Amino acid sequence: MNERIPILRIGDYLLVTIQVDMHDQLAVSLQENLGEKIETTGAKGVLLDISALDIVDSFIGRMIANISSMSRVLGANTVVVGMQPAVAITLVELGLTLPGVQTALNAERGMDLLRAAMATEGGADGGSGS
Amino acid sequence: MKAEQTQLNRAFTDNRKAFVDEWLANLAGGGWDGGAQSGGEDLAERAGEMVQLLGDLSRSASPDIAGADGAALRQNLETLSKTFAARGLTSSQTAAFVFSLKKPLFARLRANLQSDGAALASEIWKATEFIDALGLHTVATYQKSREEIIRRQQEEMLELSTPVVKLWDGVLALPMIGTLDSSRTQVVMESLLQRIVETGSEIAIIDITGVPTVDTLVAQHLLKTVTAIRLLGADCIISGIRPQIAQTIVHLGIDLEGITTKASLADALALALKQSGFTVSRPKA
Repeated sequence: MNERIPILRIGDYLLVTIQVDMHDQLAVSLQENLGEKIETTGAKGVLLDISALDIVDSFIGRMIANISSMSRVLGANTVVVGMQPAVAITLVELGLTLPGVQTALNAERGMDLLRAAMATEGGADGGSGS
Repeated sequence: MKAEQTQLNRAFTDNRKAFVDEWLANLAGGGWDGGAQSGGEDLAERAGEMVQLLGDLSRSASPDIAGADGAALRQNLETLSKTFAARGLTSSQTAAFVFSLKKPLFARLRANLQSDGAALASEIWKATEFIDALGLHTVATYQKSREEIIRRQQEEMLELSTPVVKLWDGVLALPMIGTLDSSRTQVVMESLLQRIVETGSEIAIIDITGVPTVDTLVAQHLLKTVTAIRLLGADCIISGIRPQIAQTIVHLGIDLEGITTKASLADALALALKQSGFTVSRPKA
């Protein structure tokens, strides 16, 4: 697999921007890579930008939910940002309402959410997850 | 050439002007009241054109409106019935317009074939078949253009009834009017989601004051829309739920858990402003 989705570290956060067409193998490898990256960097938040994603199927939809809950288990809050209207409609029609997944309209708002979450968790830092 | 002229052709072409007048007189005599709606003089002109085309077509021994020769006449009839449909004439008025051709036509055939009873009968049968085909084609076109008008109006209504308005910076509202069905909800959902993304609004208010009834299907559509809005990262408030509708929702056992609902649009706007950190106050005079 030559294709990889880059995972960028910015301070305490990881930024994942999906810029290519998502296929099943890519989604699985993203989940694995992200898990490792959270572990090695000790990131406190993940921003998953899917604004360039305009086609989803049930598998990709479920992977988005999985990635976000996996990150939460590893102690990093996840916000999915920039979902396209067509994608949202498709997911709802597929019955994937992604309960428990935080969403935001754009990357900036997503970042605000992550910061706010970290501020409230500030006292119990490192206590959750692991 | 002259010897081969069909009786139909002879009837249509001899003294055409008089034939048109007879036709229109027969139409008026039969109590046809579409004249005013279809524009009197215009009608005479159209009738004249039609009789000319009929004359052209009836030159062949077996005139067939569906064939290649009938194309001009077909088109003429189509324009005619479209005009009738657009001007609001009924289908029977449109059909009567064509069928009233029969009387003057039969009168001419009878005058021309007075001595030969058998030939008259066969010519009248031929003429009837021909005119019936014309009538059927006209009515079919009339129906089609009516359906087109209805479809266009439906589409216009669909677009008219789903405006997304900006109430405040970051607050969108969608006042819904009329019954919600699947296709309408789809349009509503799409335009609302599109606007949320375009404007970056964090809160959307769906106002259902103008929705007469809420059943399980409508509630499900609303739930879907709210979920889709949440997936985008925005929030949704449903307002304008009348007491009867609230009762219906409870009776039907519809679960609106997790959805913010308010009685009026004003309440919803107040909540939206509060959530986005605005305060509204009246300055002391």
